[in-house]
Amino acid sequence: MDEILEILEKDGRATVEDIAKMLRKSPDTVKKAIKKYEKEGAILKYKAVINKDLIRDTESEVRALIEVNIVPQKDLGFDKIAERIYSFPEVTSCYLISGTYDLLVVVEGKNLHTVSNFVAEKLSCLEHVRGTATHFLLKKYKEDGVILKHKSENKRIAISY
Amino acid sequence: MKISKVVEKMQPSGIRAFFDLVLGMKDVISLGVGEPDFVTPWQIREAGIYSLEEGFTSYTSNKGLYKLRLGIHRYLKNKFGLDYCPEEEILITVGVSEGLDLVLRSIINPGDKILIPQPSYVSYGPVTELTGGTPVYIDTSKDGFKITPKLLEKHIDKKTKGIVLNYPTNPTGVSYRRKELEEINRVLVNNKILCISDEVYGDLTYDFKHIAFPTLPKAKNNTVYFNGFSKSYAMTGWRVGFACGPKEIIAAMTKIHQYTIMCVPITSQMAAAEALACGRRSVEQMKREYNRRREFIIAELNSLGLKCQRPQGAFYAFPSIKSSGLNSMDFSRKLLEEEKVAVVPGTAFGPGAEGYIRISYASSMDNLKEALNRIKKFLEKRR
Repeated sequence: MDEILEILEKDGRATVEDIAKMLRKSPDTVKKAIKKYEKEGAILKYKAVINKDLIRDTESEVRALIEVNIVPQKDLGFDKIAERIYSFPEVTSCYLISGTYDLLVVVEGKNLHTVSNFVAEKLSCLEHVRGTATHFLLKKYKEDGVILKHKSENKRIAISY
Repeated sequence: MKISKVVEKMQPSGIRAFFDLVLGMKDVISLGVGEPDFVTPWQIREAGIYSLEEGFTSYTSNKGLYKLRLGIHRYLKNKFGLDYCPEEEILITVGVSEGLDLVLRSIINPGDKILIPQPSYVSYGPVTELTGGTPVYIDTSKDGFKITPKLLEKHIDKKTKGIVLNYPTNPTGVSYRRKELEEINRVLVNNKILCISDEVYGDLTYDFKHIAFPTLPKAKNNTVYFNGFSKSYAMTGWRVGFACGPKEIIAAMTKIHQYTIMCVPITSQMAAAEALACGRRSVEQMKREYNRRREFIIAELNSLGLKCQRPQGAFYAFPSIKSSGLNSMDFSRKLLEEEKVAVVPGTAFGPGAEGYIRISYASSMDNLKEALNRIKKFLEKRR
């Protein structure tokens, strides 16, 4: 992977100037490369990683991982039905996987109730959906490579040879 | 009780007071740290923990766990084509520091001279003195902080027994290409001077391939090679290093080691063995990260008017602060007091480094940026 992407993946706020210095390139070159990645869709968006456990004033959120069994459609395979599922705003992630079921769908809702309703009333009754198994998420430890814990203090002594 | 004369005579580090000042202050951004800011990669830590769970809590053989020596043998063979026999030519030490002490004690008779190019890591001189040897400091500041054949020849006499070479160098980040090393080696071999080669930063070489000294023509029998896990695997606190060299020297070092240290803690040795087995990817990742910081900090320092040559390895930049009109110590002290940024005055590494400071870029990009902002402020006040 291009080092520009490597840097941005870690820190979406890294500026063009800083990246240029880090890679010993001209700011112009870096800027062009980033524009290109954005245009191609290699860079889709920039966002902050938020530890929602620490934000108590918002409405609490429930998350469930749902295994979905599907009857694939002729010519379309799983893609069409997957699209019908991932288009629901409640769905935050959707993966086609190998194994005993077909789609792994991550759903978010205000509470247990909203998530259950979504599964019972929307997801299960979709044509081609053969069955579902819902697993509610109890605790998040690590997400997308980020450990959801405040960084512990640096343990090095302040000065050494 | 009277303290021994040798120890009494030893120079206490001149900047101890400065260090104490740093340690007593809060909210300091420290660029004065001589160790990685990464923690040891998890798979290595896990191996240490597992070894404890499995009950590996005993002594090991004096030379160190065989599987670790074998791992080192393979690492050197793959990386440099170097062939050190794990039974007789490799010794596991408590960091490179212990190894250096051992080799100097093994070879020095009273009055023997050891060449030490400066600026240099702080222990080489005092340890030489402890053994009854005489350190001969060679100021390299007029040669781009590099030792040259000419400088060497100027300082060699009949009493010269060895040289402590350290590259990439702490504190300057300077390293050498093959041709330069070959010329140095030629002088050493011709004069039968032992090369004590501290290559602990070898894995952190950025602009070219690191050349291990014993791979040079006729050098292997004339060199003790030192490396360790501290810098490349971010394992400073585990204290594991190793020495490789001619079997009579390693045997002599082992003799001292068995009486003074016995062996390196087994937990650390188990973790180090794991580092060799699986840690290469982490080393490469850390190196890439250091390299970006290096480029960033060199560009920034030069734009601030703190002239800085390109360090080729380690994680140090060694800019000149002469444009500020301050000497190294005053610059460091004032920068700490006024802007709360800690650096190490160049003079800590030898008098030739007056006018320079050591900046460690083993610190997060955010810290580096903030520190540079503060340095900028500090300099602007003086314009």
